[in-house]
Amino acid sequence: MAGLILRLIKIASLFMNIHEYQAKELLKKYGVRIQEGILAHTPDEAEAAAKAIKREYNSDWCVVKAQIHAGGRGKGGGVKLAKSPSEAHEIASKIIGMQLITHQTGPEGKKVRKVLIAQDVYYPGQSPTKEYYVSILLDRGTSRNVIMASTEGGMDIEEVAEHTPEKIFKEWIDPIVGFQPFQARKIAFALGLSGNAFKEMVKFLDSLYKAYVETDSSMFEINPVLKTSDDKILAVDGKVNLDDNALYRHPNLVDLRDITEEDPLEVEAAESGLNYVKLDGNVGCMVNGAGLAMATMDVIKLSGGEPANFLDVGGGANAKTVEAGFRIILKDPNVKAILINVFGGIVRCDRVASGVVEAYKNIGQINIPIIVRLQGTNAELGAQIIAESGLKVFPAILLKEAADRIKEVLA
Amino acid sequence: MSVLVNKNSRVIVQGFTGSEGSFHAQQMIEYGTNVVGGVTPGKGGQMHLDKPVFNTVAEAVAQEGANVSIIFVPPAFAADAILEASEAGIGVIICITEGIPVKDMIPVKAYLKARKSILIGPNCPGVITPDEAKVGIMPGFVFKKGNIGIVSKSGTLTYEAADQVVKAGMGITTAIGIGGDPIIGTTTKEAVEMLMNDPETEGIILIGEIGGTYEADAAKWIRSDGNRKPVVGFIAGQTAPPGRRMGHAGAIIGGADDTAAAKMRIMRENGIIVVDSPADIGETMRKAMERTGVLS
Repeated sequence: MAGLILRLIKIASLFMNIHEYQAKELLKKYGVRIQEGILAHTPDEAEAAAKAIKREYNSDWCVVKAQIHAGGRGKGGGVKLAKSPSEAHEIASKIIGMQLITHQTGPEGKKVRKVLIAQDVYYPGQSPTKEYYVSILLDRGTSRNVIMASTEGGMDIEEVAEHTPEKIFKEWIDPIVGFQPFQARKIAFALGLSGNAFKEMVKFLDSLYKAYVETDSSMFEINPVLKTSDDKILAVDGKVNLDDNALYRHPNLVDLRDITEEDPLEVEAAESGLNYVKLDGNVGCMVNGAGLAMATMDVIKLSGGEPANFLDVGGGANAKTVEAGFRIILKDPNVKAILINVFGGIVRCDRVASGVVEAYKNIGQINIPIIVRLQGTNAELGAQIIAESGLKVFPAILLKEAADRIKEVLA
Repeated sequence: MSVLVNKNSRVIVQGFTGSEGSFHAQQMIEYGTNVVGGVTPGKGGQMHLDKPVFNTVAEAVAQEGANVSIIFVPPAFAADAILEASEAGIGVIICITEGIPVKDMIPVKAYLKARKSILIGPNCPGVITPDEAKVGIMPGFVFKKGNIGIVSKSGTLTYEAADQVVKAGMGITTAIGIGGDPIIGTTTKEAVEMLMNDPETEGIILIGEIGGTYEADAAKWIRSDGNRKPVVGFIAGQTAPPGRRMGHAGAIIGGADDTAAAKMRIMRENGIIVVDSPADIGETMRKAMERTGVLS
């Protein structure tokens, strides 16, 4: 069961990411109550925002929250309470510009370029505050959306799933009739709510699901959802992933993309129509087809190397895409060799080979060995073109031969 | 025998007159597939590639007895095309289209549960029964007739496996590309079950990748079914980092159970011969067939 939940969460988190402040604005449009806030890019803006928050909510306190595309910001020191607008200025001056390291950023961290100055929602009152967890995502096993809710808000849900899976409540949505009020009530009861907080939660879930469906999202994770001391239910944080394939229906959501949060090489590759993911290894690769690309990475590993990237040139492997691929791979200083692996179907190997030769000549100095494995349509002709080009390129036809060449050049 | 498509299949192409549809329809016809026509709304009554064009799938079924459809329409219209094919009574629907929004596929999957149509894909290379019917975008010449069935999430990796099988002296009954999306019509287990029940198929190659539980589900079913035929398995993505999407929308490592290592372990535990390297698929299958006495 724990495995199922872990899988659901991670698999869903694979589409376009947006910031917390953007996610909250989006949710608010659909009637979801949120912790209000104002975006700030400088300490001065942060102080002005804190003053505005003070006027609006009659409290000196506010929260300074780093806006980066990664979870675990609080533990990493990117979320701090300020007890006055001047303190908000001071905290913002430390957070803006810092390299924030969390369990999701990698060891180099991510540069903070902006902060959200948010209202303090943990104010004292008639009843104690309480944090919950709510997420919505696709369950691939049932091909249905599922809402997951837990009383263990504010915690890493993967920890909850591993140690106390019984504390995670799930409700699957029938695609024909959609999310029903009785399901919202079931969840609210399961969370132990009553009175006004119960009614608020039902409304919160209903608005949240509507937002999920209408924005073509692939995951919502609201952690924590807070019951305030006056029994309001609101989103304190918001993680929203949008389905890339549905963005054509939402031109306004495309604008939410923040490319400063993405790897520059990956952005450049995407502009050339290449599907590239940067990795840490020493052997670059360029392949047609995602499955064969992953398999090629595995071959590199089994041959004693480490893959430096995933790169799928797609169905149209030609001189232009090959050259773009070369240029991107060569920008990675760790790369000691490149393996091109193309299984020609509709794409003819002789044309790919000519493309490689042309790209090689256009780039000029390539000082690392290149292994070109061409198989399928006109494979022999392709190998001949490579062999006769006089370039420092190692031809291969069988995948086994390509693996042996890698061993040779790394030796 | 074979599964899903054969020389008696009456194939129509949805998105027939578009550039993708035209190109691959031509390739399929040249291969010898019995393409009986195509559908492009608004172009009914015309001829294209010497075959009739219909406005609706229902007309193609009524006039040409179509029973297999291959879909090349753009992602925004693909879910509608699948539903139209099923509604018209098409038995096997093969959707090549890549990039269909998940929200569109959720109701399609629910709708198909109550119907007889089998959906293969979307985001797949299609299905081929060598020398009989190629209903897909794969290079036909790689696939030679024989007694090995292939089930795969990936396109070019399917061609790779088929090529190795042929070079190792064997051939293919039917190769099924099930697709790499988070929601697909036919799961690994369902495709394996078809091949397991096909009398002509003597061995099966199962190619999976990171993400989801389809390969593990198939492996458990194979064991519960008594490991009737040797199955050689490979999982792409042993070196993929957790949490990153690898091309296919469904290819991402989530929890502990859908890493390549975990899937390979579950497959081995259920009697599947798992290869670490994709370069060893063909030879391993040949050795397995020699052990069963099918090859000597």
